Amino acid sequence: MTTRRFWVFIEQEEGKVHPVSWELLGVARMLASQVAAEAAAAGDVVAVEGVLLGDNVAHIAQEALYYGADRVYLFDDPVFAYYRNCPYYQTLATVSRKYSPEVFLIGATTLGRDLAGAVATSLHTGLTADCTGLEMGEVKGSVQRLLLATRPAFGGNIMATILCRSERPQMSSVRPRVFPMPERNPNAQGEIVREEVEATEESAMACVLEFIHSKGESVNIEYADVIVSGGRGLGTPDGLKLLQELADELGGVVGASRPLIDSGWISYAHQVGQSGRTVRPKLYIAAGISGALQHKVGMQNSDFIIAINSDPKAPIFDVADVGIVGDLYQVIPELLKQIRALKEATA
Amino acid sequence: MFHALVAVKQVPDTTNIRIDPDTGNLVREGVPAIMNPYDAHALAEAVRWKRQLGGKVTVVSMGPPSFISTLREAVELGADRGVLLTDRKFAGADTLATSYVLAETIKAIHEQDPIHLVFFGKQAIDGDTAQVGPGVAVRMGLPIVTYAVKIREVNLEEGRAVIERKTERWTEVVETSLPVLLTCEKEIAEIPFAPLPDLIRSLRYDPEMWTLEGPCPFALDQIGVKGSPTIVYKMGTPPLPQPGEKINARETGVEEAVKFALDKAAKAGIVQVILGGAR
Ligand SMILES: Cc1cc2nc3c(=O)[nH]c(=O)nc-3n(C[C@H](O)[C@H](O)[C@H](O)COP(=O)(O)OP(=O)(O)OC[C@H]3O[C@@H](n4cnc5c(N)ncnc54)[C@H](O)[C@@H]3O)c2cc1C
Ligand SMILES: Cc1cc2nc3c(=O)[nH]c(=O)nc-3n(C[C@H](O)[C@H](O)[C@H](O)COP(=O)(O)OP(=O)(O)OC[C@H]3O[C@@H](n4cnc5c(N)ncnc54)[C@H](O)[C@@H]3O)c2cc1C
Repeated sequence: MTTRRFWVFIEQEEGKVHPVSWELLGVARMLASQVAAEAAAAGDVVAVEGVLLGDNVAHIAQEALYYGADRVYLFDDPVFAYYRNCPYYQTLATVSRKYSPEVFLIGATTLGRDLAGAVATSLHTGLTADCTGLEMGEVKGSVQRLLLATRPAFGGNIMATILCRSERPQMSSVRPRVFPMPERNPNAQGEIVREEVEATEESAMACVLEFIHSKGESVNIEYADVIVSGGRGLGTPDGLKLLQELADELGGVVGASRPLIDSGWISYAHQVGQSGRTVRPKLYIAAGISGALQHKVGMQNSDFIIAINSDPKAPIFDVADVGIVGDLYQVIPELLKQIRALKEATA
Repeated sequence: MFHALVAVKQVPDTTNIRIDPDTGNLVREGVPAIMNPYDAHALAEAVRWKRQLGGKVTVVSMGPPSFISTLREAVELGADRGVLLTDRKFAGADTLATSYVLAETIKAIHEQDPIHLVFFGKQAIDGDTAQVGPGVAVRMGLPIVTYAVKIREVNLEEGRAVIERKTERWTEVVETSLPVLLTCEKEIAEIPFAPLPDLIRSLRYDPEMWTLEGPCPFALDQIGVKGSPTIVYKMGTPPLPQPGEKINARETGVEEAVKFALDKAAKAGIVQVILGGAR
């Protein structure tokens, strides 16, 4: 009997978990269930497990159990007080050699991307970047199901499905918000395994002299419930004020297509799309955005999409649940008016 | 003497790439090949430090002979030496095999002529993985600074550098030992106009061609398709989503159109989202 382990790297900084970690636990659970029958027939066990590094982060390990981990390997030590490539990748490679996971998922955040390539190289295994689709599928010539990882390439113009036949673990990095957040179950049971820390300060090879927090607003559009996004159709930077008004009314934030960032109308933190953020709010309003592929890949997983565009042929309408053909400078004020009226009526 | 190495890749200009609607294949014809933009900015920064400290800049690239034009462009931008790793057996490499070939090559160059800074782009705009830089750092046992936006200080005597990197959450000021490997954002440096002598030199410049024959030895089972654990299983265009309903405000009037949209939203169960917002 062997244990087929589906691993997730639990990313945290300053004791705060990156929610992509929970999304990945959900994915790992889904993948594990896809091999459940096959494993049962072979007398194997399937497990979803997290790996967590940090300083004083046992509470996060507990939280990981609530989000679906059967077991969490915990490395709790001051050397992991903040992220550094060397001690992190060496620790992950070592623990991976110890337990031989079948699949290893890491969030495609700036931290995760820095880390994943180093771990995969150290383990001499395959790594698929920025996956948007994951599945354990049957592949000719393989007894067990393999991880089929689908990812965009060539600036989003094509989708490639990639697999790793013989090396283990099969590794993938996955963007935040591509997969849904699983339910948190505070009654879930599981095991926390404290691992011995071998990394030392000397092995880190680098030290951070200073953390500079950017001044000004810090938006987190990735996890906003409502996003009101504008594109070149706004015509002038002043148009953003109107979008902000609507966003405020809806308790949401303002997003943007890339040209607005390129022309300095709004900061990069607001950019939605291939080279910006992937979002999946409950409501996404796209105003004056044509709907280029690189924009769509960043927002098409939103629960509900309203598109406003003066061109009836604009490709944004292809992903919208409802499209309004019209001038945004007429439509948005009317939206504001009707939403306010709705609120009055239900107050 | 200061020595920087820059890894440059030639890429199709993805802004011009499209899919043939009939065949579903990638149309590469007429798509210009360019130096990966992040690599061009990394090179600009390497050259800036060369001009400040004296010394030289070497560029390496792995790819078919058509990559020579990109190495010439690198010379135009101020590189002194170009090495092209080219051999049919290198083809089909994934990032693990690519990082092997680049790491072995950089090690060989480092032995001839010690390197202080190893520059990579943040990512290549075609493969888009951002995995090669970290892979090479691990193989060479070098410290790595990804998402580098600024080199504050390079101290050759003390063998250390101070570099700023930008993450999702903050900017980190990192001190590392030399040599160090950086993967660079475009902000690292502006691309300057090429001085005339560099331009002239680049026109006739022939990079060194390194193959499996030498001068650097490569293990056959680590390169190309053989050395690549991942394989592309299939390729396709992104799936077409189901379009929703559309209403033309010019025909119905704006009020009607907005009402229609909010109705749809209500039916989809997101009324609470709309009403829940701050007043
Ligand atoms: C590698 C790569 C990465 C990229 N990454 C991103 C990314 O992350 N995010 C991103 O957004 N883009 C990205 N792009 C750019 C993308 O290809 C498009 O160029 C961009 O999304 C277009 O922005 P837009 O829709 O605002 O502008 P346009 O395409 O110019 O569209 C403007 C739209 O506004 C409409 N309009 C005009 N006036 C009005 C009005 N008064 N009322 C209503 N509608 C009006 C027009 O009909 C038009 O459809 C990327 C491109 C590449 C090559
Ligand atoms: C559709 C498609 C999908 C792919 N998906 C994956 C995948 O998920 N995982 C995987 O392992 N491989 C994948 N590959 C293979 C991968 O593109 C190649 O290994 C490529 O050689 C390097 O990866 P990259 O382009 O992503 O480079 P990146 O890692 O994004 O490049 C970062 C930097 O490394 C340097 N660099 C990269 N390549 C070279 C080079 N040839 N010469 C010199 N310097 C270089 C440059 O400085 C560059 O800026 C894929 C290939 C295709 C066609």
